Amino acid sequence: MIRSGAIVQPTSPLGQEDKPKGLVARLRSGDQVARMIVLLAAGAIFLITAIIFSELVLESKLSRHQFGWRFLVTSTWDPVMGDFGALPFIYGTLVTSALALLMAVPLGVASAIFLSELAPRRLSDALTFLIELLAAVPSVLYGLLGIFVLVPFLQDHLVPPLQSLLGSLPIFSGAFYGVSYFSAGVVLSIMVVPFIVSVSREVLLAVPREQREASFALGASRWQTTRRVVWPNAARGIFGSVFLALARALGETMAVTMVIGNATRISTSILAPGYSIAAIIANEFTEATGDLYLSALIELGLVLFAVTFVVNGLARLLIVATIRRGHSAA
Amino acid sequence: MTPFTTERRPEMTTSPETYTHVTEPADPVAPIPGRTLTVSNLNFFYGESQALYDINLSFAAKAVTALIGPSGCGKSTFLRTLNRMNETVKRTRLEGHIALEGEDILKGDVNKVRRRIGMVFQRSNPFPMSIFANVAYGLDVNGLGRRGKIKEVVEESLVKAALWDEVKDKLHASAFGLSGGQQQRLCIARALAVRPEVLLMDEPCSALDPIATAKIEDLIFTLRKETTIIIVTHNLQQAARVSEHTAFFLLGRLVEFDTTMNMFGKPRVKETEDYVTGRFG
Amino acid sequence: MNFFELRKAAANATMIVVTGAAALLTVGVLLFILGYLVWHGAQSLTWSFFTQLPAPVGETGGGMANAIVGSGKVLIIATLVGLPIGFLGGVYLSEYASAGAGFALRYVTDLLNGVPSIVIGIVAYALVVKRMGHFSTIAGGVALGIMMIPIAVRSTEEYLHAVPQMLREGGLALGRPKWRVIATVVIPAALSGIISGVMLDLARVAGETAPLLFTALNNQYWSTGWSQPTATLPVMIFTYAISPYPDWHRQAWAAGFILLMVVLAVNLTARLIFARKRIATGG
Repeated sequence: MIRSGAIVQPTSPLGQEDKPKGLVARLRSGDQVARMIVLLAAGAIFLITAIIFSELVLESKLSRHQFGWRFLVTSTWDPVMGDFGALPFIYGTLVTSALALLMAVPLGVASAIFLSELAPRRLSDALTFLIELLAAVPSVLYGLLGIFVLVPFLQDHLVPPLQSLLGSLPIFSGAFYGVSYFSAGVVLSIMVVPFIVSVSREVLLAVPREQREASFALGASRWQTTRRVVWPNAARGIFGSVFLALARALGETMAVTMVIGNATRISTSILAPGYSIAAIIANEFTEATGDLYLSALIELGLVLFAVTFVVNGLARLLIVATIRRGHSAA
Repeated sequence: MTPFTTERRPEMTTSPETYTHVTEPADPVAPIPGRTLTVSNLNFFYGESQALYDINLSFAAKAVTALIGPSGCGKSTFLRTLNRMNETVKRTRLEGHIALEGEDILKGDVNKVRRRIGMVFQRSNPFPMSIFANVAYGLDVNGLGRRGKIKEVVEESLVKAALWDEVKDKLHASAFGLSGGQQQRLCIARALAVRPEVLLMDEPCSALDPIATAKIEDLIFTLRKETTIIIVTHNLQQAARVSEHTAFFLLGRLVEFDTTMNMFGKPRVKETEDYVTGRFG
Repeated sequence: MNFFELRKAAANATMIVVTGAAALLTVGVLLFILGYLVWHGAQSLTWSFFTQLPAPVGETGGGMANAIVGSGKVLIIATLVGLPIGFLGGVYLSEYASAGAGFALRYVTDLLNGVPSIVIGIVAYALVVKRMGHFSTIAGGVALGIMMIPIAVRSTEEYLHAVPQMLREGGLALGRPKWRVIATVVIPAALSGIISGVMLDLARVAGETAPLLFTALNNQYWSTGWSQPTATLPVMIFTYAISPYPDWHRQAWAAGFILLMVVLAVNLTARLIFARKRIATGG
């Protein structure tokens, strides 16, 4: 690094012309090689992603040809007879993710609002750091806590009063054995809250200071400013964070597998055991006898891949749009 | 001695009672005739470091006062204390008194103060709403006026801000569709809608082209008949064009405060003379 | 104060309390989770955990020595697979890519990042396990390596991008070839940050279970070499937790404690030490 005022003689253009082929060609080939290496790496990433997609499609061919689109709407899962349908798992994945979002979004967005608008900066930074640490906890450990702490808690303390109040409603009906859509939903919601808080907070902080100041200058309170000015600026990005959380919840495997109950049927009650796409793949992949069985499981993987792809794409659109607008707004 | 022309201001006041600061008045918040906003012994701190030192001055009612000075002299900081905007930043401390029409504004509900002392910022910052909603915002958040009344006030404010003709057919269009100069006038209309007694303007034209700037200067000229205006500007010609009084700040202190004619024509302090003649900036 | 103003002040105060309670609840849940894992996990730890192999099914005792080693081996393979591609891809994005190519690569990298871990496991199974004919450490490493790529790319790019242009120009003005400037000036300037990114990346995949379920599978005994199935900590935790044996539950907690400690230690070191170091750019 050039620090002092020493004069450095750059290789003069004239000097290069004196020895055209040798020096320049060598320089170029060194750079050429480097360029090729990094291009190779970039190409590898494209290749790997393409392979993921193509392998899923290839390996699921057997099942796709056998069942066609019926696969998505049939609810039988009969390895013995070789009849497979994805509906119970699609249903379970959607239900647990919906439950998770229902609980995580209000909690997460409210926390993010507090951390960005209402809390002193130091406190906000410290709490955010802690919350982001939650995201680093491996999923299997959430499952561990789910089985041994959450499920007994739900069984002993939460669900009985819930059922005595609302047990007549179909979604809360039936016997509760601990493992259920509901338990999986609760665990999932705890797992996705950090994403919602972290991204929403960033989006909120990206709203330009001048917007808030203009609102204060007109006599608005902090809450009025947050609701009427900051929120419209940040809303798209916050929805993006919700989609991000959804994508995470959809693909989450271990924690769900450990508390959902592994029941290959559809139940209206969220207190009943169920199954998700990721969970059944995790449980049955190594047990799958026969090519069709395996192919059906892989087709489930393809479905999951497609859904998370779409949701992630939407999330990206929303978040990028908001952060960019925040920076360009004069 | 001064190269600045004052042809745009035919009716300049030269009455003898307009000039300098009130030094240590007996009652710091007693109203002074003709002066609407009085600042006494103002000291301001960012954390441990002091930014404003013992400021004393009072602003003439329904007139334009310009605050000038080199970058970092504290003029914007001072402006922001007048409507307590400094309170939105943590770890700031304000000592002294600020009185509006005899009332101490440093005590009591800050929102009420901000309704009486409005602000226009350096860069236009319309809210992500329609033009109408922007102007009506101050009324909405303060619960002022019913439905019909709000429409009237919005129109009146846009007229005062010389923007009505340009937007009357698209009141419900987004404010972002306006040009930079129009947006700034929208922000002025927005500030005027709550009928403030004082309007603070923090370099309102610095981000605008000369044509838009001229429009806003014309606006200031008209507005001062109803509202006291205090404008921070780093453009000396602008200060000379629009204001009747000028205060010169340097390194957090008020160096001189006089009629604009005197400040630019025969300043009494050497630093003032150096600054207005461009020897430093 | 009139009615409107009262309502306004009340609403303001209420929302501060409500949102504050939400934040408190979120943090409270976190602290509970961490605390419980640490408390219960530490209690369940014994020396044999580190030194012994798993006991036969149903018998108490034994440990997870093979799982600890197995996790290490799988992570080594993962690093060999994921780090070069991820790092060089990040270099490409930051130093070489045109706007269009850069956009495309970023898009694909984000896409890859969003693929559920179990799906990556399926693909690793199809690519490696099927070809080799059996489960193996390598297959597990490949799966985790693929998962490492997107984060390595993004964090490398971010830290390289943050290096001031001035440094590059200084090197180039001396007539040095571009690759040399990058290798000797830019990368070292960003190194601390890149290391933090790699550490966080590793910490993340170290805890992944799903992709290992049908690649590295599991193993009661020591796994020799690289092409045999191997026990790993996360898979053991899962297997033991869902079993009906209380002693296995205890061991699952112990393993969970170890895993958490390692993940948190790496995380905190990465964020507090490496990510914080700023390279002084002088005058």
